[in-house]
Amino acid sequence: MMSGAQIVVETLIEQGVTDVFGYPGGQVLNIYDELYKAGDRINHVLAAHEQGASHAADGYSRVTGKVGVVIATSGPGATNLVTGIATAMLDSIPMVAITGNVPTSLIGRDSFQEINITGVTLPITKHNYFVSDVHELADTIREAFRIAKSGRPGPVLIDIPKDVQVAQCAFTRGDIVDHIPQETADDADIDRAVELINASKRPYIYIGGGAAGRGMTEDIIALAEKIDAYVGCTFMGLSAMKNSYPRFLGMEGMHGRYASSMANKEADLIIGIGVRFSDRATGNVAKYAKNAKIIQLDTDLSEINKNVRVDVGLIGSIVSSFSRILKRCDKQSHPEWRATVEAFKTEERLIADEAERMANGAMTPKKIFDVINEVKDERTVIATDVGQHQMWAAQYTDFEMPRRFASSGGLGTMGYGLGAAIGAQIASGDRTVLITGDGSFGMNLNEMATAVSYNTPIVIVLMNNGVLGMVRQWQTLFFGKRYSNTVLNRQTDFVKLAEAFGAKARCVDNIADFRAAFEEAMQHDGPYLIDTLIDMDEFVLPMLPPGGSIDDIITVKPEVK
Amino acid sequence: MRSVIAIYVENKYGVLTRVSGMFMRKGFNIDSLTVGETDDPAYSRITITLNGDKYAREQLINQLRKLYNVKQVKLLEPETSVERELMLIKVRNTPENRSEVLAAAEIYRAKVIDYTTDAMCVEVTGEPQKIKAFIEVMKPLGIIEMCRTGAVALQRGGTIMEKE
Repeated sequence: MMSGAQIVVETLIEQGVTDVFGYPGGQVLNIYDELYKAGDRINHVLAAHEQGASHAADGYSRVTGKVGVVIATSGPGATNLVTGIATAMLDSIPMVAITGNVPTSLIGRDSFQEINITGVTLPITKHNYFVSDVHELADTIREAFRIAKSGRPGPVLIDIPKDVQVAQCAFTRGDIVDHIPQETADDADIDRAVELINASKRPYIYIGGGAAGRGMTEDIIALAEKIDAYVGCTFMGLSAMKNSYPRFLGMEGMHGRYASSMANKEADLIIGIGVRFSDRATGNVAKYAKNAKIIQLDTDLSEINKNVRVDVGLIGSIVSSFSRILKRCDKQSHPEWRATVEAFKTEERLIADEAERMANGAMTPKKIFDVINEVKDERTVIATDVGQHQMWAAQYTDFEMPRRFASSGGLGTMGYGLGAAIGAQIASGDRTVLITGDGSFGMNLNEMATAVSYNTPIVIVLMNNGVLGMVRQWQTLFFGKRYSNTVLNRQTDFVKLAEAFGAKARCVDNIADFRAAFEEAMQHDGPYLIDTLIDMDEFVLPMLPPGGSIDDIITVKPEVK
Repeated sequence: MRSVIAIYVENKYGVLTRVSGMFMRKGFNIDSLTVGETDDPAYSRITITLNGDKYAREQLINQLRKLYNVKQVKLLEPETSVERELMLIKVRNTPENRSEVLAAAEIYRAKVIDYTTDAMCVEVTGEPQKIKAFIEVMKPLGIIEMCRTGAVALQRGGTIMEKE
């Protein structure tokens, strides 16, 4: 016989979990007691705040593909997970969140620290459970893992009242649960897709989060070579393709790169792999890819035709559909298309050169990322917060390996980065660089304490401009420079702050110092913050204005009175 | 375009909330929703009717299929299914309208199930258009209150949704 709490820990171990993130509290005391006893078999990382723990579990999952696990107590512990769970939901990250709750006899009485967390998280989980009987506990946890990692992954929450954690029940150890078997696309649909590919003169492969981390890089390159296509990606597709691959044009969309956005516009066929054609990626959908046929591969049937009408939807295993297409389509050559796209690439370089010239030697984001790319190796993980720095990271970082990027795409969670970086570092064992801004960093900087406690080698590049840069950019462009509440006017000394937490830190205001600091930080044993002072009026460019399309692309910082 | 969708779900705590919550967050507008246990008490059957275009209907069905407690979703075509609704409607019982209420009830094959000096309660069963028509007849006679179940529907013939 085992207690429910012991069953929780034993089932996690059974499911291959080696690390969990969390924060103890009254209604999970029993689970924490069992974690203490099983300390040699499962590692618990104590965060400073449950939100940080949830982002750490998310970062852990993004770099490994494993299910991230987070534990929190009832009430505020549980509600603090909400942003982390929603972040995982929007980016399809597999996660199991375990919360304690008040004993069953006290449920529904507004007891101390009682909250109906299954109700709260209903719209932001793939599924959730309230376990009222200890006999169902082990199987519920197994099913949660199965749902979290199957098909389109996502978060699952299990709420366990205290009396169920205390109750006794027999436990038989099981195996790691399998994925729910996926459908495979109809042969006829594959043939229709192949027909479109064979008829295309200007094919464009468009990869998203659904393709990331599925070991498809080589297959995608093989298709691009075979049909003479170019490759672009969504924000979530970053790091699924090697940046050194010459046909790879990078991210497209609202702040996408010039060449990929233009190639998408000019293509006569878009092969979307695990993309959902989100508003940030397409701009105005009415004007999106008007002259192109669209093939969409997705595991989630509700994504087909959701945002954009497609010509062929291939529902089911993306990997299977893709390899069948690759086998069946004809070898092709499109010299005109190559010339067109190569011209876009040249234009992109000219735009970048001109921007550098205008910068007059200032420490631009581009220069910062040049240094980062030079110093980091292919295993280095890049985590970000949300804002301008995130878009610069997306535009400029060179990725050569999948699962090296942890950033909140769908939900756009400011404050995500530090927790995620800690989780990603612990998961990968690799040096992790957090790109953040002074706005985002201020939201959850308490996790510096965690980074120091666990001596995680994280390099924090804090792009400090004293303003909420992304919002400021919009205010400059669309709100007559009325900088409502975006000038921070804080007096925070980030070097002293980091030192107070016990981390090493340095402040730099020019690129030579940045390089020296970054090189030192990348060798440092533990967290290292670089307070990197940049101009408050740097822009993220290119930009498609809201509601606009690629025809409205802004590539040069406009003069605004 | 009016559509009738039958949903076969596990009879578990919170399932109705999951289904109706999904409608809310995806912005679907539902005209009616009915739910009840099936011959197998482990399962319930939900019938919903909605007005919307083909896109909305397709999205709704796809989103329903993603819910873990939902076992089967079926669009019921009017030609191949039967549909009924029940209504209780209470109208004023006055010497002026009494005979008209009773006559209408007879023509609509409705039943008077409560009769007091000031009110009559009529039970009407039928397709939604019939219910609507009966309401129109009663309106000038003074409706006090009414309650409709929403549509329930089954496929015609021996086809069984849950075994498909």
